[in-house]
Amino acid sequence: MKRFAPIAFATAIALFLQGCAGWQSALDPKGPAASELAWLIWFFTGLCAAVWVLVMIALALPLMMRPRERAEPLVIDADADNRKLRVVMTAIGLTAVILVGLTLLSFFANRTLAAIGSDAALTIRITGHQWWWEVRYEDATPSHILTTANEIHIPAGEPVRLLITSTDVIHSFWVPSLSGKLDLIPGHMNVLDIKADKPGVYRGQCAEFCGAQHANMGTFIIAEPREKFDAWWNDQLQPAAAPMSDEAKAGEDLFLKRPCVMCHKVGGTPAGGTVAPDLTHIASRQTLAAGTLTMSRGNLAAWIADPQGIKPGSHMPVADLSGDELNAIVAYLEGLK
Amino acid sequence: MRCAVAVLFPVVLMLVACQREERDTRPQSALGSGEQPTPVTTLEPGGQRPSPTDNKAASFEANAFHLSEGKRLFGWFNCSGCHANGGGGMGPALMDEKWIYGSSMESIHATIRDGRPNGMPSFRDKIPDDQIWELAAFVRSLSGNAPSSAAPSRNDDMMAHPSENRMPNAATLGKSP
Ligand code: HEC
Ligand code: HEC
Ligand SMILES: [Cu+2]
Repeated sequence: MKRFAPIAFATAIALFLQGCAGWQSALDPKGPAASELAWLIWFFTGLCAAVWVLVMIALALPLMMRPRERAEPLVIDADADNRKLRVVMTAIGLTAVILVGLTLLSFFANRTLAAIGSDAALTIRITGHQWWWEVRYEDATPSHILTTANEIHIPAGEPVRLLITSTDVIHSFWVPSLSGKLDLIPGHMNVLDIKADKPGVYRGQCAEFCGAQHANMGTFIIAEPREKFDAWWNDQLQPAAAPMSDEAKAGEDLFLKRPCVMCHKVGGTPAGGTVAPDLTHIASRQTLAAGTLTMSRGNLAAWIADPQGIKPGSHMPVADLSGDELNAIVAYLEGLK
Repeated sequence: MRCAVAVLFPVVLMLVACQREERDTRPQSALGSGEQPTPVTTLEPGGQRPSPTDNKAASFEANAFHLSEGKRLFGWFNCSGCHANGGGGMGPALMDEKWIYGSSMESIHATIRDGRPNGMPSFRDKIPDDQIWELAAFVRSLSGNAPSSAAPSRNDDMMAHPSENRMPNAATLGKSP
């Protein structure tokens, strides 16, 4: 039994540390801002742990040592007193140096973070809504401005400037693998610069409680090589694909006749709602409803049939659709690649 | 003994605060919202028949969640485009005591669902039935016809009129009781 204890302990620690890797971890940095922060976290934790150990030793030693017998307990020993005073003063001095040092370190780390996007070529506006993200790619040519939702594509290896705000309550944008978190505040624009060193998918999460579905307000940053990113942008600018099958055609009609048209936009059709995610290329996304479901025909149907069962309180109401109507709408949306 | 009562009483009082208003976000009937016929007139021989929607109207009217959802949808569905913030524009004012088609939840619901001849569009099929009830309840709060404990309070930004929970009842405004 005894022999297994260390193995069990090591396994537990290994499993525990496993939690630090992956697509959403501040301790597994994938960009300069996150690296800077991870370094800071480790340095602070290490230094503070060392100080804590020293303090504990300093406390434990006198408890374990037997007090020296003194002939005249009432006479003050000036030498010993001075020695103690010096030790205390040194400790206070060291504490001050460490505190000021750590403050300076975080100050310079902040400067590094702020400098990341100073020459950013790409600006993305992110607007928080209860409980999804509106994503708008800025461009000098108005016809190249692109609005999409929940999934943020960026070119890998390039700094990107994010202008973030909100329309309802305060949210917070946090992609731990790439950067620290920053609040989205109604009526105010915050600036967050990010950069992903390598292509990959990084998960983000709203980090400020914003209501019933706060926990289901995720986002994905998809970093890809520049050519792939440009091709993606170009594809997304195209109007929605025309429905191919009869069923999908019927689905398009229903989409325009039913409540969907009141809230959602599908580029190239009369559906022009702006209060809900843009669905022009919904089928090209990897997830549904801000990272709540993976994209599939089944999940699309589940979401449209009962959004209030999947995200209770979400701002998409249950539309009164028959089974055939539901199938047709799903067939239509599935074709919007 | 007395001590136990002294402790239990505040605890019970505190637990009462956990009671929360129901938030019905799914349509109430499993088969969807269904269709209710809209009578063209309420005049009937032998007295008025109770409306089948009475229950629904009552459950939406005093519910803070439904009222605030109605307020959000009033902006989302651009009712404000024609009725402004209730003061009226191309459409009539909704915060006064005058009702062309009646002030009841049922008639406002019918107005929104089926439209009215002088330019009020029909939102049938475009707004799910429960959301129409939410809008109707909110429209009534604009003229002070909703309980102030349930009506929405002030916006975060500037408001064109007092918040709905402080709206005076338009029918009695300026008249001595
Ligand atoms: C009252 C406005 C409203 C109506 C009407 C509405 N939706 Fe939505 N829809 C939303 C909102 C808000 C969201 C985002 C929900 C969330 O993630 O919390 C959404 C999300 C979605 C999504 C997922 C989008 C994404 O990027 O993940 C799909 C697909 C969708 N709606 C389809 C439909 C269809 C089909 C209809 C018609 C039957 C419809 N919606 C009607 C407001 C609406
Ligand atoms: C295109 C403009 C327009 C839009 C949009 C519009 N309305 Fe109207 N509305 C009108 C007009 C015009 C009337 C008067 C109709 C009449 O007198 O026959 C009216 C009448 C009404 C009435 C009846 C008022 C009374 O005195 O009986 C209500 C209630 C109402 N609208 C609510 C709404 C709601 C809620 C919405 C949003 C879902 C909305 N309206 C959207 C134009 C509009
Ligand atoms: Cu949140």
